[in-house]
Amino acid sequence: MIEVENLTKTYGEATAVDHISFAVNKGEILGFLGPNGAGKTTTMRILTGFMPATSGTARIAGFDVATDSMDVRRHIGYLPETPPVYPDMTIESYLDFVARIKNVPSAHRAANVTDAMRKTNLEDRRTELIKRLSRGYKQRVGIAQALVHDPDVIILDEPTVGLDPKQIIEVRNLIKGLAGNHTIILSTHILPEVSMTCDRVVIINKGKIAAVDTPQNLTSQLKSGQKIRLEVQAPPDAVKGALAQVPGVSRVQVEQLPSSAHSIVTVETARGADIRSDIAAKIIASGWPLYELRGVSLSLEDIFLELTTDDASHAQPSLN
Amino acid sequence: MQSFYAVYRKEMGHYFVSPIAYIFIGLFLFLSAYFFNYFLSAVIQQASMMAMQGMRFGAPPEVDVPGQVMRAFFGLLSTLILFFTPILTMGVYAEERKRGTMELLMTSPVTETQIVLGKFLASLTLFALMLLPTASYLVFMCLRSDPMPPWRMLLAGYAGVLLLGGSLLALGTFISSLTENQLIAAVLTFAAFLFVWVLDLGSNASGGIGAVVQYLSVIRHYDDFTRGIIDTSALIYYFSFIALFIFLTVRSIDSMRWRRA
Repeated sequence: MIEVENLTKTYGEATAVDHISFAVNKGEILGFLGPNGAGKTTTMRILTGFMPATSGTARIAGFDVATDSMDVRRHIGYLPETPPVYPDMTIESYLDFVARIKNVPSAHRAANVTDAMRKTNLEDRRTELIKRLSRGYKQRVGIAQALVHDPDVIILDEPTVGLDPKQIIEVRNLIKGLAGNHTIILSTHILPEVSMTCDRVVIINKGKIAAVDTPQNLTSQLKSGQKIRLEVQAPPDAVKGALAQVPGVSRVQVEQLPSSAHSIVTVETARGADIRSDIAAKIIASGWPLYELRGVSLSLEDIFLELTTDDASHAQPSLN
Repeated sequence: MQSFYAVYRKEMGHYFVSPIAYIFIGLFLFLSAYFFNYFLSAVIQQASMMAMQGMRFGAPPEVDVPGQVMRAFFGLLSTLILFFTPILTMGVYAEERKRGTMELLMTSPVTETQIVLGKFLASLTLFALMLLPTASYLVFMCLRSDPMPPWRMLLAGYAGVLLLGGSLLALGTFISSLTENQLIAAVLTFAAFLFVWVLDLGSNASGGIGAVVQYLSVIRHYDDFTRGIIDTSALIYYFSFIALFIFLTVRSIDSMRWRRA
């Protein structure tokens, strides 16, 4: 449904997007993950036809964004970073206007507007002026606007920004409900969001793609090893020394808990080896009381940091 | 066509939902009515004085009361337009850009030309609606005059006001497309209006250049209309002026895609 090849965008000297390529299948939800200024918004703006790429191609529903812009625009719904709403319009008249400029035939217009309001839970406030709405409601109007012409592709730039936790859950469920009929790209810098809503993740940093995979694969494959977390009542240096001798242990970190004699120990192990029982045996044999032992799989957060912080120390002030 | 109409409709809604249009039209009508009344009484007073002098010295001179009032009134309208249109056009694009709604328009299947024409014609419609009630003053005056002045004068005068207003609206919307700040747009527009206005003074310049500069003045061609004359060269001037600035606005909107937003 969406094919991006070698897309590049430069602003004068600065390169915002650097030869990125990826594809999104029909009905998929693709998460675009990256720190602020990674090039997410620029990529989305190119895909929606808002700005031209410097080089490379992007096709949406078979139409090239550069040469068949009008066809592309008919097939996409787009929510920019700030919801593009007119404060002095009512929700209903605003959605009606968007339906008109998106070329929805007049016979379907009212039905499409009602449908978009129903999906975003705006029906009971349809006659309210947009300027009187809270941030969360405005965001919902922004999403409704992207849905109103029932597009094949929906592009959402940070759809949950500025919402409270309850609204975030609603929006995520809404997005998940849209998948299947629609192909969705959403960008975010909030990590749990991608693991909760997306089928696949593109991690982008400084204009380059750092990784493309499912959230599950990213968490299980990209990590260099497993982590084991222990809570032990023992002197920190002694624990460190003892555990370092266990075969398969690659690194040991010990933190003393401030208000007790307990230590929190993080053990990193080589790939593939499950040495939890060996570690437990070593602790018991040393006569230290063991309070907790559990395996920690790397979170998306760790992967993200691993992929993006290597060069973060000498990162230049970035673009957005 | 549907997209053009959608933009036009949205703009008209925008004008009339907010109190701006009402305050604007109200103030315009108040000022124009006040001055109409002033011109009418001044011209009548002058005419009766001349008639009295005529009785004393014989051969009363003819005074064209409705003609003089109309010329003074259309002159006044052109001055009021100078102050009112920048306020009308300042937000047309500046506000869209600031709110981020330009991004919605530019990622919808609407061409830049449709956006620009929709917005221009909406502002011209509001302008025409603002002028319409002032016609009633002149119509009443003409109906009460003996002999009745030709309707051609009235129609030519309003055609002139619409063309002059349309030109300034086209220029104003163009300037609005250049900035995100409404205040800057209004000030620049006013300065630009004054500039195209005072080009008329270019007549002082020598020879051919003076004539060219004078031809470019937006107010120069207006005088003919207030005398009831519709000159083809004036029509060409105003239509070219409007077309030029509509074209420039389309280019300016299009260039936003290449600028870093």
